[in-house]
Amino acid sequence: MVNSIWLMIAQRLGLGLVTLFVISLLIFGAVELLPGDIAQEMLGQSATPETVAAFRRELGLDLPAHERYLNWLGGVVQGDFGNSLANGRPITDLIAGRLGNTLFLALYAAAIAVPLALVLGILAALYRNSWFDRAINVFTLSSISFPEFFVAYILIFYLAQSGLFPSIAKITPDATLGEKLYRTFLPALTLTLVVTAHMMRMTRAAIINLLASPYIEMARLKGMSPGRIIVKHALPNALAPIINVVALNLAYLITGVVVVEVVFVYPGLGQLMVDSVSKRDITVVQAASLIFACAYVLLNLTADVLSTLSNPRLVHKR
Amino acid sequence: MKNTSDENTIIHGVSRREVLQGATAFGALAMTGLLSGRPAAAQPKQGGVLRIGMGHGATTDSYDPATWDQAFVQVFATARHGYLTEVAADGSLVGEVAESWEASPDAKVWRFKLRDGLTFHSGKPVTTDDVIASINHHRGEDSKSGAKPIVQEIVEMKAEGDDILVFTLAGGNADFPFVLSDYHLPIMPSADGKIDPTSADGCGGYVVESYEPGVRAQLKRNPNFWKTDRAHFDGIEMLSILDAAARQNALVTGEVDVIDRVDLNTVHLLKRAPGIEILDTTGTQHFTFAMDTRVGPFDDNNVRMALKYAIDREELVEKILNGYGAVGNDHPIGQSQRYHADDLEQHSYDPDKAKYYLKQAGLDNLDVTLSAADAAFAGAVDAAVLYSEKAAAAGINIQVAREANDGYWSNVWMKKPWSAVYWGGRPTEDWMFTTAYASGAAWNDSFWENDRFNELLLAARAELDENKRRDMYVEMQGIVSNDGGVVVPMFASYVMAHSDKVMHPEVVGANWTMDGFRAVERWWFA
Repeated sequence: MVNSIWLMIAQRLGLGLVTLFVISLLIFGAVELLPGDIAQEMLGQSATPETVAAFRRELGLDLPAHERYLNWLGGVVQGDFGNSLANGRPITDLIAGRLGNTLFLALYAAAIAVPLALVLGILAALYRNSWFDRAINVFTLSSISFPEFFVAYILIFYLAQSGLFPSIAKITPDATLGEKLYRTFLPALTLTLVVTAHMMRMTRAAIINLLASPYIEMARLKGMSPGRIIVKHALPNALAPIINVVALNLAYLITGVVVVEVVFVYPGLGQLMVDSVSKRDITVVQAASLIFACAYVLLNLTADVLSTLSNPRLVHKR
Repeated sequence: MKNTSDENTIIHGVSRREVLQGATAFGALAMTGLLSGRPAAAQPKQGGVLRIGMGHGATTDSYDPATWDQAFVQVFATARHGYLTEVAADGSLVGEVAESWEASPDAKVWRFKLRDGLTFHSGKPVTTDDVIASINHHRGEDSKSGAKPIVQEIVEMKAEGDDILVFTLAGGNADFPFVLSDYHLPIMPSADGKIDPTSADGCGGYVVESYEPGVRAQLKRNPNFWKTDRAHFDGIEMLSILDAAARQNALVTGEVDVIDRVDLNTVHLLKRAPGIEILDTTGTQHFTFAMDTRVGPFDDNNVRMALKYAIDREELVEKILNGYGAVGNDHPIGQSQRYHADDLEQHSYDPDKAKYYLKQAGLDNLDVTLSAADAAFAGAVDAAVLYSEKAAAAGINIQVAREANDGYWSNVWMKKPWSAVYWGGRPTEDWMFTTAYASGAAWNDSFWENDRFNELLLAARAELDENKRRDMYVEMQGIVSNDGGVVVPMFASYVMAHSDKVMHPEVVGANWTMDGFRAVERWWFA
């Protein structure tokens, strides 16, 4: 049965590679379909036909699309993502720092949001339909309903303009961990507010769903306390859906935070992706989207493995 | 009230008395609105790190001058580089790497003398070879430079001795030294006749310490800088803060000292914040609606005139620019420029006149489509809608086509028959006209041809007599205004904000934002 899990991981990784390949094709095609190319976008209003042509020659954009794609793919297979078309910097350098920042912020936000959502979800299930349950629901649902930039502005208004926290998350390479945590607190808090509701509601619903089961009834008849019933008996069986929702939200924290990055001037992957798409810097777009796709593939895989492991019936197949 | 015609800069919220009482009183009387005076120039002081929040900057930026196109890279370039010439704050031209220059009588051959003893940050002396290589980077077959059209007139460059450089032009150009102040043309160190476009080395006032495109640049003062009265800061930190609200917050919370591109919708709120001063300059930046004069109905000048009388310029300045600008008169020359035609009749909103011109064109009413996107200029779509509302009274039905921001310059501008356009402006009349109004110019976005205008353009360019030039440029503005294919409703100010600790000279350059990109060099801390 442990072997079957390894087999599943291997299969899923193989499928993941196929997914990445398909995604790279789709992205390449999509950027090709966008009007204008990097030469026109970089030169903008000051473009002339000769300068655009010279730009294309320099970058090899005058080659047919399939040739350019194969060249790129050949490099990637050998681990070489190439250089940015716009400024010639190696993409690995360009992305390494940004990816680090993005992961740091995502983990920071998750470290606050996941425990918070689980605790709130369990408490809400425990005191379901009480004023506490309602208050938590109203609060988390409101914060998820506001657009991210609005939540960010509200936090800046109350927490930054009073001088408690910096309004821009300026990270220098030599900053200490404490300093980094302090400077990125507001973006992390914004993201926490945005993702908590989903996880918290799922925890609550999954637990309440189980509370009608006969074995919970049994536990209650035994005279177990409601808190113990939920933590010992209901929660382990509710883990599978919760893990899936947590994984989805983690993936979102890595791939979808461009608005928060812009408002707090945080140099993450999202802004890199937006800049590169708007300038049609296709090599960077490809690399960034592959990273995003990897995040989804790996997190989903982890979620599936964990939910399988959390379910004895799936681990011990007959 | 936001601008006057004889000055190109106004400082808000400071009265003369306060200034006399000393710099500490700056901004205390904010919101008094109109000014009675300007701050007396205090003696610049050395020191401090100036932190600038810029509303531009992208990960795709680079050190290559060929592709510079927005204020972050332009200010950053000016901080580290020297140029042959510099447009001073009052609009005149002064020497930088070039100490002096002289023209042949036909203005075709120009001799520039380089300043002695200049060195790059790396310690390498600045030579004529470096200058030639720096200009050549933009010339020739393989140039992908946005500056290629402006250096096209150079036929030959050669050095005479160690410090004289001779430019031979295809035709006479009395304003040629101005061309060399263009932000694309910094002097960079060369090897084997080529500059290295990935190098940060320059001969400017600050040395680059670190640069992450689209995020931040850090510079420290160049200890060997040849100008003794410039570059007062110990260091510069430039941040790219694209979100307008984030930029203002950064200033209000003291994360930065200066910001550019203040959001005009909320500038009145920012003005109220303690310790903040708004600075605006009106120069050559203008917004236009360019018609393709080769196609109907725009090929009929009566239609063009009708459209020029159907736009309410005051309303656009008031609503789109929030008062931070000046009305335009359908030509691209700003009020602060040398040869501005002050006596030219001002086109204003007049539906009856518009109807009259329509009648002349044999039309009772007119249906046209105006393409706009905020990529053309901030508020372009709103401006087009206001235009459309007002033009209806003259029987002109303007359909506003909202275009995508993405790819606007390659797919809409000069492709659609009538579109909204942004011009940063050029320091001289000749440069502006040559760029966008001359017959056959690459960016003649109205595809306009006027024989008299083209004749005058050539004659004025080579004319060294001030008065004769003035007469010609005034006549040309009249021709563009009354025959040209471009509606120029407004000149937009550059609006910046800074903390009251930041000081600047009385006259702030209006040719570009941030004191003609040179705030880093000209400003100081109180």
